[in-house]
Formats: sequence, structure tokens, C-alpha cells
Amino acid sequence: MSTLADVATAMQVLAVLAGAPLVVGGMRQVRARLEGRAGGGIGQPWRDLRKQLRKQQITPQGTTVVFALAPAIVAGSTLLIAAILPLISLGSPLDPAADLFGVVGLLFLGTVALTLAGLDTGTAFGGMGSSREITIAALVEPTILLAVFALSVPGHSANLAAIVSSTADHPGQLVSPGSLLAFVALAIVIIAETGRLPVDNPSTHLELTMIHEAMVLEYAGPKLALVEWASGMRLTVLLGLLANLFLPWGVAGTHPSVLAILIGFVAITLKVSVLAGVLAAGEVFIAKFRLFRIPELLAGSFLLALLAVTASYFFSTPTN
Amino acid sequence: MPCSLGAAALSGGLTAAFGIVGVTLGLSAIFGGSRDLQIDWLLPLAGVRFDLGPLGGLFVAATGAVAVPVGIYSVRYAQKEHWARFPLVMLPLFVAAMLLVPAAGSVTTFLLSWELMAAASLALVLSEHHRGAVRSAGAFYAVMTQLGFASILLALMVLSAAGGGDAFDTIAAHVGGISSGARTAVFLLTLAGFGSKAGLLPLHAWLPRAHPEAPSPVSALMSAAMVNMGIYGIIRIDLQILGPGPHWWGLTLMIFGAVSAVFGVLQASVATDLKTLLAYSTTENMGLVTLALGAATLLSSYGAQQVAAIAMTAALLLILSHGAFKTLGFLAAGSVLAATGLRDLDKLGGLARRMPGTTVMFGIAALGASGLPLGAGFVGEWLLLQSLIHSAHDNNTLLALMMPLSVGAFALTTGLGIAAMVKAFGVGFLARPRSPAAEAAREAPASMLTGMALAAAACAVLAVAPVLLGPALKHVLASVPTVGGGAAGPTLGTYLRLPGLAGSMSPGLIAAALVIAVLLALGLSRWGARHRPVAAVVPLWACGSESLSSRMQYTATSFAEPLQRVFDNVLQPDTDVEVTHFAESRYLVEKVTYRTLLADPVEHRLYTPVVHAVTTWAHWVRRAHPGSVHLYLAYGVLGLLIVLVIAR
Repeated sequence: MSTLADVATAMQVLAVLAGAPLVVGGMRQVRARLEGRAGGGIGQPWRDLRKQLRKQQITPQGTTVVFALAPAIVAGSTLLIAAILPLISLGSPLDPAADLFGVVGLLFLGTVALTLAGLDTGTAFGGMGSSREITIAALVEPTILLAVFALSVPGHSANLAAIVSSTADHPGQLVSPGSLLAFVALAIVIIAETGRLPVDNPSTHLELTMIHEAMVLEYAGPKLALVEWASGMRLTVLLGLLANLFLPWGVAGTHPSVLAILIGFVAITLKVSVLAGVLAAGEVFIAKFRLFRIPELLAGSFLLALLAVTASYFFSTPTN
Repeated sequence: MPCSLGAAALSGGLTAAFGIVGVTLGLSAIFGGSRDLQIDWLLPLAGVRFDLGPLGGLFVAATGAVAVPVGIYSVRYAQKEHWARFPLVMLPLFVAAMLLVPAAGSVTTFLLSWELMAAASLALVLSEHHRGAVRSAGAFYAVMTQLGFASILLALMVLSAAGGGDAFDTIAAHVGGISSGARTAVFLLTLAGFGSKAGLLPLHAWLPRAHPEAPSPVSALMSAAMVNMGIYGIIRIDLQILGPGPHWWGLTLMIFGAVSAVFGVLQASVATDLKTLLAYSTTENMGLVTLALGAATLLSSYGAQQVAAIAMTAALLLILSHGAFKTLGFLAAGSVLAATGLRDLDKLGGLARRMPGTTVMFGIAALGASGLPLGAGFVGEWLLLQSLIHSAHDNNTLLALMMPLSVGAFALTTGLGIAAMVKAFGVGFLARPRSPAAEAAREAPASMLTGMALAAAACAVLAVAPVLLGPALKHVLASVPTVGGGAAGPTLGTYLRLPGLAGSMSPGLIAAALVIAVLLALGLSRWGARHRPVAAVVPLWACGSESLSSRMQYTATSFAEPLQRVFDNVLQPDTDVEVTHFAESRYLVEKVTYRTLLADPVEHRLYTPVVHAVTTWAHWVRRAHPGSVHLYLAYGVLGLLIVLVIAR
């Protein structure tokens, strides 16, 4: 574990912190342009954040510490994930501390915190959003675990650095049936988990169709800023994970040089921008699903992931 | 006769003392090797024989560790709930009987302590027998536990006859001579008997009945300690003495385990009764343990000792973590029940303000049960998943098919488990009270909180410092050579490491890093604080109406409704919506009545026909005894004559 690897990890966290609002802004801008609108510009989410951070702190009556702490837990767990993932370099000092099961666990810790906050308000919409969010999460978690472990079978390890470096060393694995199925499954669940179309509409204004937004309806001011920042960071981190799992090129090694870190930084920025752009462009052409059609989509992705694991078992080379 | 504080203190103190004895004895057996004790005069013909090895030691220590917090907790609980003298006497007796089961060294002693445990628990389940629901649950439990006992009795008789002795040592020494037919018979019979005690499908039906109706400290003992004895029986008899088993043993265990886990968690996620939810979660967790045992057996039978050792360690760790968070869960549910008289989540809510201590305790239990990082169940589930994923399968079709399916079942279980626990904690403890009883709740007394805090401390140790358990688990693993005991097993240090695999994990470091990251996030939200107006407390948005009533909140039923809809085919709910219109206009709704009934479909399909057949048969039999003494005398004479003819 060299100092430069630690620097790369710190850069990852800072890049996610600073870049997440830009990713969200970029996606909105792509969407606006494709719909023939001018759009607010890429920097708009940053301006929103600054505005909300200066607003009054508001505590809704009857809420407990769960409501007050949930935004910090979501943001904190996402920052921790950003520090664990091999986004810029493989040498994160936290990589041996948490494998993919740990990362998925941290992701859901954040989801659970917000869900509990939604219930804590005791309003109809809070409960509604929480109930929907947890239903989707309960169906998403199995798929994430399966898909990710389909990827971990070839590398014989569930630790992310090992998976990414194994794929980089043997690019042939990428076109194996297991890997392709896992990619589709993972893409679907990332869309579901980050509340994008067709699962949830992040820019909806109708409470009855909301999932994520209904749950955080009572947040305002600085707390809302943190919630929105965190949800942008989750999107960024998951897109980065998807990119590096399936396109592991450009990631700096375990003992990176300064140049490698810079290349890694540019590479991940490009990958996430392209993925976010594709996602935003795709969203223009689809409408939101009915709530009870979503489980069908998720069941489909669960099945794909199950096939992916089975395929990677049947087609992979034996251990040792 | 309501109990005095002195009587309650004696009973609780004795229970806790037995617990301490159990922990001490168990630890000494784990680290100091086998302890045996033979008392010939105590029981005619066979004598009593104890033989506590490392495996039994682990279960004795776990039972003891459950009994200590339960003992402390039960003092004030018994007093508050006006326990009669009978349950006060039975509580320590139940703990003692449970400590004897894993210590038993012979078939006779084992059966005797098993039956003592079953009878004591039955008596405790029935302690509030003035309520009809309790009597019905008690009858259900009595029948199932006795059928299970009969099955174990038969199995151990076959084993003892084939093994040429009463003592487990003797049988283990002669195990080579046992025919494969006898092995199969013993395996299937013990699986039924021990499986019913562990709450495995389809013999789980007593669990969601007896656990909720028993007083909460008893539920905690039953769910966190007694069901473990079923798992102990399977390990001890089938895997340790009779093992190594053939491939299909492992396969059978895995299938029963996976089905129980998924079914249990699905029922838990739609349950609205807090204690029923916890009871179904027990079925889920015992299912996961059995899945791990099955994986260990199957992998071991294919010679993959290293991975089998990981699976076995996962099973042992899951037993311990389940014991910790389920004790805490049932004790916290007991506090709620004592404070409000309610178990129905649809009527609870708002307890976080009125019972902050209990809320924190239940939160720790729910976090443990959901298998998320920082929770007690995380490490065990991680090990189980690693063993399923990284089984060396050298072109073995069975393993290549079985392992992904198990991973699927496991993943579904963890996902739904989170939903179930979020519902239990979020609906039950947060938001606003949904009934006057919940509104009038008072915090539990200090001694009850102390008992819970002990269990919470155990949860914390399991969650972030499994390193403390590493040496003990290593000794236990070495004593089960038939399921991966020969291999090194995973290293439980600051970093959890797996032998021969590259994976690692550090729950302690994750916890520390998460705390730092959350503080960092809190710091971020301070950005711009200088420009903010003074913070304010404002009313919630009431959707435009004047005030929010608690009826506007989501209840447990409505919270789980989407899940219920998704798993409609499995759960088969009986739902009924009745809309009453005003007489003047069809467009105005006067009243909507929603009723949903979630019966256990397995119970419905499997048990109802059996119960029906038995009842019909009983009706026929009843015709034979119409009450005439002359007829009965004739039966007696006839019976005697038949016996004489046969015996001649």
C-alpha cells in the first residue's frame, strides 16, 4: 500500500463528491437538449446545492433522530463505497476490508436509513415511498449479489480489485455468456436502485407516482441538499462500478505512478460521462412503468443474474 | 396468585446462574477437551452418562449466554405480568434441561433430557392458559414436539441397535459396521425429528404459533436456544457420529434449508404480529444454518474440505449470531407487550419517543437480523456466501447446479429479510402511535433494559469483533472432522481470511470507516451554516388538510402490500375489499372495508388434511366406547385373550 495509492483513493472520494452534481446536471442537460429545451446547464445541481445549504434547518414535528441522521448515513455510506471501489486505482487501502458483499451491504444500509426516515415522518407519502422503495430494494439486492458473484467466479475472489484486474488480464471473459448476462442484470438493478426511468421518475411532480421523492418529501434545506447530493453520488459510484467491472481499462494498478493516476482519473471520468449520457438519452424514449410492472422487470433481471452465475459455473475453469 | 418480587428474583437469578454455569462449562469443554461423567444409580438399567465435547460445549455455552440476559430480564417481567408460581419454577428448569441435551453422552440420557426440555417448554408455553389462543398453540406444539420425539426415539433406537451400545462413544467406535439401510433410516428419522424442533419446513407450523403465545422471555429462550438443539442433533448424530454422509444427505439438507429460509422470510415480510414475524425469522435463520450444514456436507463428500470448513464455520457463526439478535428481539418485543399489551404492528408506532431504550435495543436486533454490515448476522452470512460461491467444482454437474441455486435462495432471503426488519422497526417503533395503548407506553424498568443490553453487547461483538470467537470456533470445527474439520477453516482476525481463496473482509474496519464517513458527511452539511436563519420546528405537511391523524399513516399491512402482491402466488392471501356507497349516489363512497387473511399455505395444504383425517378416525374410534362398562370389560377380556394366544 503505497502513499500514491492512498492519494488515488482520496482523489476518488473527492472526485465523486465534486463530480456527482455534475453527472446529474449533465444527464438533465442531455435530456433537455433532446427534448428541445435549453436546460439549466451542467452546473445547475451545484447551484441548487449551494442554495439549499444556506437555507434554514427545519425539523418536522414528531420526527426522531432517525430522520435527522438518515441523510448523513446515506451520504457517509456512499462516500465509504467511493473509497472502497477501484475507480481510479486498484490499490485502495480499504479494498481488503470489504468485498462486494460488503459494498452491497453498505449500499443497502443507506437505503434502509432513508426508508426508516420516510416511515419516521408518519405521513401518508413518507410511508408510501418507503414501502415502495423497500419492495424494490428487496428485489434488487438478490440480483446485485448474484450478478456480482457471477463476475467473481472467474477471478476466484469477491474483492473488487481482484475482479477488475482479472478482467483486465483476461478480456476474453467479457464476452462469456456469464459476463454478458451479468452486465444486463446489473444495469437493470442499477437503474432501479438509483431511481431512474422506467422504475422511478426522478423529476416527477405527482406524489402518487413517486417512489424515492415521496420518501424524502419532508426534507428541506441543508438536509435535502445532503439527500440529493448522496443520491447523485450513489448514481455516480454505481455507474463507475459498472464501467470498471466491464471495461477495466485505464484503471491504475496497486502501486500506481502519478501518470497512471491521472490516466485513471481521465478514464473513469470519460466512462462515467459516456454511461450517464447514454442513460439520459435512453430515458427520453421511455415512460415510467406502472408500479406493479416493476417487479416483473426485476424478476427478469434476477433470472438473468441466476443464469449468469450458473453459466459462469459451467464455463469457468476449475480452481487451482 | 401473583408473584412477589422475591420469588421472581429467585427464579430469574437461578436462570441467570444456570446460564453462567453453562457458559463456563461450555467454554471449558471447548478449550479443555471432553468432560465426561457417569452416574449409574440415577437411572435404572442404563444409568446417566454425560460427555461434553467441544461441539456440545459450543451449544451449552450458547444456551447459557442466552439464559443470562433472559434471567435478568425475567425478574421484573414476571412481576409486571403477574406470573403464577408454576412458570417461575419451570423457567430455570427449562434452561437446565436445555443445558443437559448437548451434554448427554448416551442415547438414554439424550432422550431423557430432550423430553425434559420439551415438557418444560410446553409447560411454559401454556403459562397463560386462560387464553384460548394459548391453549390452541399449546396443543399444536404438544402434538408436534411429541411426534418429533417419537421420530428421534425410533432413530436413536435403530442407531443404538446397529451401533451395539447405548453410549455415543461406543456407537461412534462401531460406526463402520452400521449398514447403509440403517444409516438412511436414522438420517431420515432424525431429519424429521430434529428438523421439526429447528422449525424447518414443512414441520415449522408450531413455531409461529407457540413463539408468539409464550411469555416473551420464554419465546427468547425457545427461539434463540431451543431450536438450536435441533441443529445440534443433526450435527451430532448425523454428521459427527454417522458421517461422512453420502452426497444426497448434503443435498437434502441444502434443499430443506433453502426452502425454509425463503419461505420463512417471505412469511416474516408480510406478518403483522411482531412476535409472529420474529418466529418466522427463526425459521428463516435455521434454514440458512441448515443450508450451510448441507453445503458443508455436500462439499465434504466431494473432498472439498477447505470450502466445507468455511461453510461449517458459517453454520456455527450463524447459530451464535441468531441466538444473540433473536434473544434481543424477543426481549424487546416483550417490553413492548408489557408496556402496551400489543403485539400487532398495525396498532403500534411512536415508541421511539416513549420507549427510547427499548427502541434502540430492537433496532440493534433488527440490524442483526437483516444481515447488513454492522449487524450481528453479517459475518456469518458473508462466510456462507463465500463458501457457496467458491466451491471447487471440477466439472461436477451437481455442484455447478446446486451452488448457484443456493446463492439465489440465499440472496432472495437477505433481500426480503431487510424488508421484514425495516417493517418491524419502522412501523412498530417510529412514526406516530396508531392506538391509545401505544400512546400510553412507558419505558421498561432498568433491570429489563440491563438484560437487553447484555444481549445487545453480544450482538455488537459478533458484528464488529468476530476475532474474539475465532479460537473457540477453530476448536469446535476440529471436533467435526467429517464436515471439513480436517481443513484449516477461515481465519477470524481483524481481517477475515479464507484458506486458499483471495477474499477478505474486515467488519471492524468497515464500522470504523463508516463512522468517520458519516461524520464527514455531517461536516459537509455544515457548509454554509453561517448564512442560515435560526433552525425551526414546523408541523408536517398534512396534504392540505387541517391536521394529520395517525390513521393517515402507513400500517404494517399496507407497508407489506406491494411485497404481498409480488409474491401473491406463494402467499395466497385471502383479500376482500368491500365498498359501501351512499344511498343517494353511486359516486360517493361511504365506507371501504379492507380485510386480508394470510394463512400459512403450507400449513393449509399439508396439515389440514392430516388433522381432518385424524379427526374422522377419532370419530370412528369413539363409537367403540359409548360409555357402557360391560362393553369395556368385554374389550379387556378380548384383549387379554388375544395377548395370551399370541404369547403362547
